[in-house]
Amino acid sequence: MALREIASSSSPELHVLAVDDSFVDRKVIERLLKISACKVTTVESGTRALQYLGLDGDNGSSGLKDLKVNLIVTDYSMPGLTGYELLKKIKESSEFREIPVVIMSSENIQPRIEQCMIEGAEDFLLKPVKLADVKRLKEIIMRGGEADEGKAKKLSPKRILQNDIDSSPSSSSTSSSSSSHDVSSLDDDIPSSKRIKLESRVNYD
Amino acid sequence: MQRQVALIKQSLFDQGYLDEQFMELEELQDDANPNFVEEVSALYFKDSARLINNIDQALERGSFDFNRLDSYMHQFKGSSTSIGASKVKAECTTFREYCRAGNAEGCLRTFQQLKKEHSTLRKKLEHYFQLARQAGPKETARRPK
Repeated sequence: MALREIASSSSPELHVLAVDDSFVDRKVIERLLKISACKVTTVESGTRALQYLGLDGDNGSSGLKDLKVNLIVTDYSMPGLTGYELLKKIKESSEFREIPVVIMSSENIQPRIEQCMIEGAEDFLLKPVKLADVKRLKEIIMRGGEADEGKAKKLSPKRILQNDIDSSPSSSSTSSSSSSHDVSSLDDDIPSSKRIKLESRVNYD
Repeated sequence: MQRQVALIKQSLFDQGYLDEQFMELEELQDDANPNFVEEVSALYFKDSARLINNIDQALERGSFDFNRLDSYMHQFKGSSTSIGASKVKAECTTFREYCRAGNAEGCLRTFQQLKKEHSTLRKKLEHYFQLARQAGPKETARRPK
């Protein structure tokens, strides 16, 4: 799998496709990603994202992309194709469904978050996105992210956790790999607010 | 000079014009990108001027399309949040509440207030960035490591 190839090379650089209709937010997310040593391509809509990937039905899978995309970060509320609809289209595609998709939103709406996670989103970040969020995300992706078979397991712990989650604006839903049994890896690079939530469900003694 | 810049910045925070998100953005500056926040700010004011114009026109028409107004304000609030424009963001929230309540009078009043806050912030930030540039890169570019 492509992610594992990247994780095993010496100085891996993720290529991230960032989708947001806001000029300001595109500039900020681009900077956050570049600081985190990612290559970044920004587009202003879900439709443009599909065109870039070559999923718009016009010319098969060639698209406009010059580099393989390793991660897609998209705003939820966009005119035209929403981030959720974009997520669905990507997950429906045999060529791109393995690419992790992260949703960003300024609104902390639990049903929305759940809907995205159920559809296969890797994570859901609350805006304004911070450097710590991006760094954490990168760690997870570089570690190999979630295999498909892990996703079903991931959902139930998340639902339990969401009963405990208070809607503090600086936190996003948890996203670490529940299929991992390595407890120590969960502590690394995780901001303290998330660590508290993770520890509430990890019971390895 | 740098002390002056620091004091101005502090007062912008103390008076509630800016919140911690502005500091987060400053953390993203470095020697290679010393003017990042100023660039984002310029983008914000250009974009929000467009939104203000759209909302002005929509309000002038007299027929209150609250859905459309709310949609504009959602964008406005979003970018205000991203730059840390705290007072402007608060006015956006109030405006949206009036939209949801279908309160045209409230919308109009709030919008006037919002434009005032927006204009004040723009002037203050322009002043701040101008001084910061004169003072030299040390004060503004402070990303650790």
